[in-house]
Amino acid sequence: MNRTMCLSLALAGTLVALPLHAASPQDLIADYATEAARTQQGFVASAERGKAFFLRNWNVADKMPNCAACHTERPAAQGTHVITAKSIRPLAPSANPDRFADAAKAEKWFRRNCTEVVGRECSAAEKADLVRFLVVAGGAS
Amino acid sequence: MKRTTFRSSLACLMLCGAATAFADGSRMPPHPDKTWLEECGTCHVAYPPALLTADTWRRLMAGLDRHFGSNAALDAPTAARITTFLERNASTRGERNAAASLRITDTRWFTRKHDELSPTVWHDPKVKSPANCAACHRNAESGRYDEHDIALPNVRR
Repeated sequence: MNRTMCLSLALAGTLVALPLHAASPQDLIADYATEAARTQQGFVASAERGKAFFLRNWNVADKMPNCAACHTERPAAQGTHVITAKSIRPLAPSANPDRFADAAKAEKWFRRNCTEVVGRECSAAEKADLVRFLVVAGGAS
Repeated sequence: MKRTTFRSSLACLMLCGAATAFADGSRMPPHPDKTWLEECGTCHVAYPPALLTADTWRRLMAGLDRHFGSNAALDAPTAARITTFLERNASTRGERNAAASLRITDTRWFTRKHDELSPTVWHDPKVKSPANCAACHRNAESGRYDEHDIALPNVRR
């Protein structure tokens, strides 16, 4: 393989790799909704269901019964880690543009936090609803 | 707490001259690993690797799925990368070995450094936990724990 070809392939690889991680909250909602629709025909993300999910008491972890325990009930506000007291930047993308701007990062935190607070991994439908709620609650849609 | 002792130590430090007293500077390694900062500095402040020995870090990294009551498991390549970084920048001082608990706050070094504080300070709502370095060490995020960077919050004593 010649050098130019190698370089072109490397460049193409970069271009292809980028969209796998870079995302917008809307992209994530769309992707999770598509996944959810495979098992729930006609699924549409709902901010109302997302809010109920966000505020629901799962009572799995002692100090973190629900999402709001650390993130507060207002997603555009700064939260505080309930154990370490470290401040947590707002979850609403309108207040913190880094939120839901990276699909892999969003997945990592869903996996960690759902396992810990909900006691299991969250479904695609729950994730779509939650991100929808966080976008709406933050004042941007 | 022994406020007077604390104040006189502060005064002494100031009189002794900034250059000698504050020579410590940042406890952060010169080239902090980005993955370490991201993975170990989100839920809590990224505790400088030099606060524990390599042996303690290895034992801690081997049990991330039971990380002080939380599941902080990482994928294997990420965990290996962070472990290498921690080992490379760890302390070789025995008093920074955390024994069974793996807590920095249980090292002899930590106890010695904080012995003038009343135990009630740790449970004050503004502090919450000894893990919350930034409650008093205002520049903990950037690894600066020098005496002149300390601001005790107005806590109940």
